[in-house]
Amino acid sequence: MPDFEWQFTLVLLTNGIMIGLMYALIALGFVLIYKATDAINFAQGEFVMFAGFLAAVAAEMVGAPFWLSALVAIAGMIALGFGLERVVLRPLIGRPVIAVVMATIGLAAVLRGTAVMAFGAGTRAIIMPVSDEPFELGPIMLPPVQLVGAGVSLVFLAAFTWFFLKSRTGIAMRAVADSQQVAMAMGINVRRYFALAWAMAGVVSALGGVVWGTMLGVDNQLALVGLKVFPVVILGGLDSVMGAVIGGLIVGIVENFAAGYFDPIVGGGTKDFAPYVLMILVLMIRPEGIFGRRRIERV
Amino acid sequence: MFHRESGVFKTSYAADMGLYPLPIARWAVAAFAGLFIVIAPFALSEYYVSILNLILIACVGALGLNILVGYTGQISIGHGAFMSVGAYTAANLVTQLHAPFWITIPAGGVMAALIGAIVGIPSLRIKGIYLAIATLAAQLIIEWTINHVPAISGGVQASIQVPRPTLFGTPLRTQTQLYLFLMAFVVLAIVGTSNLVRSRVGRAFIAIRDQDIAAEIIGINIFHYKLWAFAISSFYAGVTGVLYTYYLGIANYEQFQLTVSIDYLAMIIIGGLGSVLGSILGAIFVTLLPIMTRWFLEDFGWLLFSQADLLNAIPNLRLIMFGGLIIFFLVVEPEGLNRLWRNIRNYFRVWPFSY
Repeated sequence: MPDFEWQFTLVLLTNGIMIGLMYALIALGFVLIYKATDAINFAQGEFVMFAGFLAAVAAEMVGAPFWLSALVAIAGMIALGFGLERVVLRPLIGRPVIAVVMATIGLAAVLRGTAVMAFGAGTRAIIMPVSDEPFELGPIMLPPVQLVGAGVSLVFLAAFTWFFLKSRTGIAMRAVADSQQVAMAMGINVRRYFALAWAMAGVVSALGGVVWGTMLGVDNQLALVGLKVFPVVILGGLDSVMGAVIGGLIVGIVENFAAGYFDPIVGGGTKDFAPYVLMILVLMIRPEGIFGRRRIERV
Repeated sequence: MFHRESGVFKTSYAADMGLYPLPIARWAVAAFAGLFIVIAPFALSEYYVSILNLILIACVGALGLNILVGYTGQISIGHGAFMSVGAYTAANLVTQLHAPFWITIPAGGVMAALIGAIVGIPSLRIKGIYLAIATLAAQLIIEWTINHVPAISGGVQASIQVPRPTLFGTPLRTQTQLYLFLMAFVVLAIVGTSNLVRSRVGRAFIAIRDQDIAAEIIGINIFHYKLWAFAISSFYAGVTGVLYTYYLGIANYEQFQLTVSIDYLAMIIIGGLGSVLGSILGAIFVTLLPIMTRWFLEDFGWLLFSQADLLNAIPNLRLIMFGGLIIFFLVVEPEGLNRLWRNIRNYFRVWPFSY
């Protein structure tokens, strides 16, 4: 059945691309924070989950339409981003990496506990006003939700690329990331840009939460997509917006192929496993990722 | 521990490096050992001794992680996985070869050390955040491997029954017997760590933590010592895994998941990075936290929640308190409980003339 094999591969490939673009959306939030503040956000998955809860609760409790609940999620996440930066991250500026890593891990625990306490453990649904009927392109079925997710992801990729390259704020943010001291000397308000970066990551996470929440349903399991962020950003490079998308695509495609071809052999679970093996290989060969900047260290 | 010296009168490096700064410190440690080895296990009921046992097991693991993270400065989010390596090694040795504990415990440790050293290899090229993510990957990959290879995991549920260890021909049945058994390993771990960190190797670890490039320039073979740090830390983790398996009577990968790695990181952060006493205090604190939360909520929870919500609230409140405490310590007291203890001691050192 060579013909069937070919179709199977194509289906896996398109699914991988779609999922990959949606991973990229989440990874974008991670990259934004790393790029601007040099902090690693281990709570990215929890951000996405929290945003999903906000949107779902807004839709259920108040009966808000989809666009309004998405706005609620965005507003909530901006507030959360500002607040967390002020309370948790700002005191940790200039401290060793492990302090920031552990603080965001702690943050993840707090967010997971709070979300379930406040919103309940049951799975909630976010209903996007698009049809459930998948588009059919030959053998390929594309659910509209995934198309929307991929579209949002691409739009934001373009927007952030422009933002960092051209806008005054974006350039200031890159300056802050490059060297906080020099940026301060040039009259850039470093703290403001740190807060801004967290708020922007909040916006991206909110969109990620809405899209992923629509696809998977919102409960505390949604935070697990955060675990996929690490292979994505390591592959692409921690500080590259473009890298987030390329990394997302690679991870999406690799895990779909792994699931399609290896799951029948080893009995499932390769989907979560393959991206990490790939990541280890990349770490060994090119630790800064495909698009990442190599850092020179001085004593 | 509790003494007040009137000044520093050391005249040799040997005296400066001594474990006991004054003879009275030796007596204080002896008294403490007496309290915990002779009196505590017989004075407390079975239930409280079982909690003490959990703390003892956590102590070994926390000391091991502190060697790697606190002393050598290499972040590892894979401690739980190294424990599972030790646990399954021991479980297989016990079920297939009926190996006694004095074989399984070193074997579990050595196996974990081997795997740990392999995971440590990337630390030559990467550090900080990258290493953290690499060890996170190791955690997930080891977990997956154990779960998917029946030869290791012993079948469907990935759990292997392990009988209690036998000492002098009698199996350790009660918690008190187990307590004394575990205590021996904790003492070994404490003495081992204290001696390690003031040796040549320990000093190399600290130099790498403080400035790895500078350490390399003064002639420390960074790769060599980083691998040793990973191996030693994983050895401790492996032993912890074996001890925990003996305690539970079953080896199960669910006992060694990512959350466990994070628990141990929390122990050394809350206790104090790069401190033996801190590891112990952190192990006590983090082990007691969920237990205390449950006791408290079972007694006073009805004030806040209805009966139905209470069961749901306990694990979540635990999570919130756990995360909140990590953040609190990082922001307010980065050097942890160990520093708080030192502050208290320093206050009383010149008391009542503390000005």
